[in-house]
Amino acid sequence: MLDLDAGKYAPFVWLAYGLTAFVFIAMIWSSLAYARRWKDKAQPKGPT
Amino acid sequence: MSLARLLRREASLAWGRGGGPLVALGFYAGAATLLPLAIGPEAGRLAAVAPGAAWVTLALASLLCLDRLFERDFEDGALDLLLLSPAPLELVCAVKCLGQWLATAAPLAVAAPVAAVALGAESRLAPLILVSALIGGLAFVFLGGIGAALSLGARRGGLLTAVIVLPLYVPPVIFGGGAIAAFASGLPWLPGFALLAAYAASAVALGPLAMAAACRNALS
Amino acid sequence: MAAPAWAPTRRADGRRPAACGVPPQAAGLPLSAAKANALNMALAPTFLTNPDRFMAFSRWAAPLFGMLAVGLAAAGLWLGFTAPEDYQQGDTVRIMFIHVPAAWTCMFAYFCLGGASLLGLVFRHALADAAAAAAAPLGAAFTFLALATGSLWGRPMWGAWWVWDGRLTSVLVLFLLYIAYMALRGALDDEAKAARASAILALVGLVNLPIIHWSVEWWNSLHQGASVFRAGGPAMGPEFLWPLLLMALAYTAAFGALWLVRIRGEVWRRRAVALQLREARA
Repeated sequence: MLDLDAGKYAPFVWLAYGLTAFVFIAMIWSSLAYARRWKDKAQPKGPT
Repeated sequence: MSLARLLRREASLAWGRGGGPLVALGFYAGAATLLPLAIGPEAGRLAAVAPGAAWVTLALASLLCLDRLFERDFEDGALDLLLLSPAPLELVCAVKCLGQWLATAAPLAVAAPVAAVALGAESRLAPLILVSALIGGLAFVFLGGIGAALSLGARRGGLLTAVIVLPLYVPPVIFGGGAIAAFASGLPWLPGFALLAAYAASAVALGPLAMAAACRNALS
Repeated sequence: MAAPAWAPTRRADGRRPAACGVPPQAAGLPLSAAKANALNMALAPTFLTNPDRFMAFSRWAAPLFGMLAVGLAAAGLWLGFTAPEDYQQGDTVRIMFIHVPAAWTCMFAYFCLGGASLLGLVFRHALADAAAAAAAPLGAAFTFLALATGSLWGRPMWGAWWVWDGRLTSVLVLFLLYIAYMALRGALDDEAKAARASAILALVGLVNLPIIHWSVEWWNSLHQGASVFRAGGPAMGPEFLWPLLLMALAYTAAFGALWLVRIRGEVWRRRAVALQLREARA
C-alpha cells in the first residue's frame, strides 16, 4: 500500500522531495519564460 | 634558437616585473602564517596538517601568478606578434608556461618545504615536498595557463581564472598530497608520486593545445 | 643582440606594436564565426544542424518528452512509495529514487554539454553552441539536486550532512566545473568568443572529469576513515530497482524536454538579436 508516513525520517525525506519539486518548478518556469520572452522579441509583429 | 630567447624573455619578465616571485612568496608566507592563527598553535594539531597545508597553499599561490602569463601580452599586442611568429602557438604557450614555472613555481617549490617544516612537519619530509612541489608546479602552471588564456578579455579576469582552474587542480592536489601523507606515515608513497608525475606530464603535453586555441580565440 | 621577429619592442618605449590590426584570416585562422554561421545555415546537412528544422522538430518533441517524464515519474513515485521500507535504511530509501537519478542526469548533462561543445568547436554549428549554452544551467541544477538530496540522505544514514565519499566529492567537483563554465560564458561580452572559449573549457573539463573521478576514488581509498555507503548495494531487490529505473528515465526525459525548450529560447534570442541589428541598420 501507499506508504507516505516516513516515521522519524520524515523531515529528511520530505525536505528532499520538496527541494526536488522546487528546483524542478524553477527549471521549468525559467526555461519556459526564457523561451517565451525571446520568442516575443523575435516576432515583434506576430500574434503573441 | 628563437624559442630559447622567448623562454629567457618570459622568465625575465615574470622574474623582473611587479616584484617577480617575491609577490608569490609573500602570499605564500602570509597564508602559511594565517593558518596557525586560525586553527590554534598546538604543535600536535599543526604538525598533522602542516604538509597538506603547505601543499594546498602552494596551489593557491601558483594561482596568483597566472594573470601575468597572457594578460599583459594580450593587452599590449605582443600576443598578436607571437601568433605571427614562425613557431606554432602551441609551442609558444608551452615556452611561456615554462618561463613562468622557472620564475615563480620553482622559487615557490623551494619555499614549500620551509613552510611545511616551519609549521611543524618532520624535516625528513622536506626532500619529497620539494620534488613534489617542483613537479606539481609544472601541472599547476600548465593547467592554470588554460584558465588564464580562456579568461583573456573577460571582465574580472583574475577571479574568473581562479574559478576555472581550481576544479582542475583537484587531481594534482590529491596525488601530491597523497604521496606526502603516505610518506609521512610510512606507507608506500611512490604510487601517488608517480601519478603526480604522470598527470604533470600529460598537462604539459595537452595543456598547450587548449591554451593556443584559447589565445587564437581571444585574438580573433 | 638582434631581436627575433616576434619579440616585441614594447618594453623599451611602451608603444603598442603595429600588429594589433592584423586580420585574423592573415594569421591562418578559419573563417570568422559570422561567415561560418551563414555558411552553416545555407548548407546544413541534417535536421539537427538546421535551426528551422530543429524548431519544427522540437516544437512537438519537447512537450512529448515532458509528458513522458510526467508519466514515468508518476509510475516511479507510485512504485517507490508502495515499496516496503528497506530493512536497513527504513524510509530514507525513498530519497534514493530522487537522488540517484539526479546524480546520473547531472553526469549525462555534462556529456551532452561536452558533445555539443565539440560539435560547436569543430563544425561551428550555431545550434550546437546554443545547445551547449542551454545544457549548462540545467546540468548545474541537477548537480545541485544530487548534492542536496545526497546530503539529506546522508544525515540520517551517516550521521553527518557531508561525508568525503568518493562519489559525493566528484559530484561536487562537477558542480564547480558547471559554475566555471557559466562564469566564463557570462564574463565574455563578445558572443562568438564566449561560445568558443566556453567550448574549450567544456572539453578540458570533459577530458579531466574521468581523471578527477578516479583521483577522488583513489584518494578515498587512502583515507579509510569515511564509511563508504553503497546506494542499495548489489543486493537491491526489484521492488527498489524498478522505481529507481523509472525515475532515472523520467529524469532523463525531463532533462531532454527542458533542454529542448532552452535551446528553442536560445534560437529565438539569436533571432531577436539579429532582428535588432537589422532594424538598427535600416
